[in-house]
Amino acid sequence: MERVWSWVLAVPRFLYHFIVGDDWTMAAAVFIGLILSAILNANRLLAWWLIPVIVVLMLGISLRRASRTQR
Amino acid sequence: MTGLWAVLITTFLASAVEAIEMVTIVVGVGATRGWRSTIIGAASGFGVLAVIVVILGAALSVVPIGPLRLVIGALLLVFGLQWFRKGIMRVAARGLAGIGGSDPHGDAELWRGPGMDWTGWFLAFKGVVLEGLEVAIIVVSFGAGANQLGGAVVGGVGAIVVVGAVGFALHNTVRRVPRSLLQLVVGILLTTFGTFWSLEGLGVSWPASDGAILGLLVLYVLTAFTYITLERRHAFGVQAAA
Repeated sequence: MERVWSWVLAVPRFLYHFIVGDDWTMAAAVFIGLILSAILNANRLLAWWLIPVIVVLMLGISLRRASRTQR
Repeated sequence: MTGLWAVLITTFLASAVEAIEMVTIVVGVGATRGWRSTIIGAASGFGVLAVIVVILGAALSVVPIGPLRLVIGALLLVFGLQWFRKGIMRVAARGLAGIGGSDPHGDAELWRGPGMDWTGWFLAFKGVVLEGLEVAIIVVSFGAGANQLGGAVVGGVGAIVVVGAVGFALHNTVRRVPRSLLQLVVGILLTTFGTFWSLEGLGVSWPASDGAILGLLVLYVLTAFTYITLERRHAFGVQAAA
């Protein structure tokens, strides 16, 4: 039973570390970006540029926050 | 006979593009996280793939690949971004320390636990299943279309074997790359493929089709250079103040 529970707890813990990791804002921004891209695409608007822009911006914001915390 | 060779060569080249993506992920993850779990993940992926191919057979050409691309691409993107970020911070802090394995902090991502490294396993598994499924769909589409399924199978399997052999031959070279730089490179690659697949899964058309992967790679490499330079300026500022 204990082994089963450790598995039950290990799966969400693994998924959390895999998806969210050190900075949850990056995963959230990607998720929102994909929804917005789907909306743009459904309205026949150019959608391929949004995720690359979010990646570049969120990396900068996350790195800036990390270096401020270290200081 | 000409038809057979045309199908074989076309299937080989089209499958090779997918196989390169598959092998890049497996070799990159293996070199960064450790080989045992990565190889088991890749083998599990091939096992699942074999079951899918046997069960679905020719019906593979109607498998909806879009939702699969979206889910796998989004997962690769969020995970790749974490390594991209960590890689920038580590390269900015330590430069290319660790050539020849001398960096004491460089193995931070290497799995040292007693059991399976599920992160390495999962990344390799996903890469093999998605790319393998795309190779299978290419084989079925070209083979059934030209009524040359045998030639198409040889072309598809041949592409995976040849690209896999090149990846295996290069894995020792990859091992000599400093861990911090390797994490950055693999992070950039996972983010690139993740961006491309997730948007393709949504039905978004990329300019230049598969050529967009190269454009994304260039953008993310330039982003890494820019942020490493900015981080280093920060780090020097802190050291000077201290």
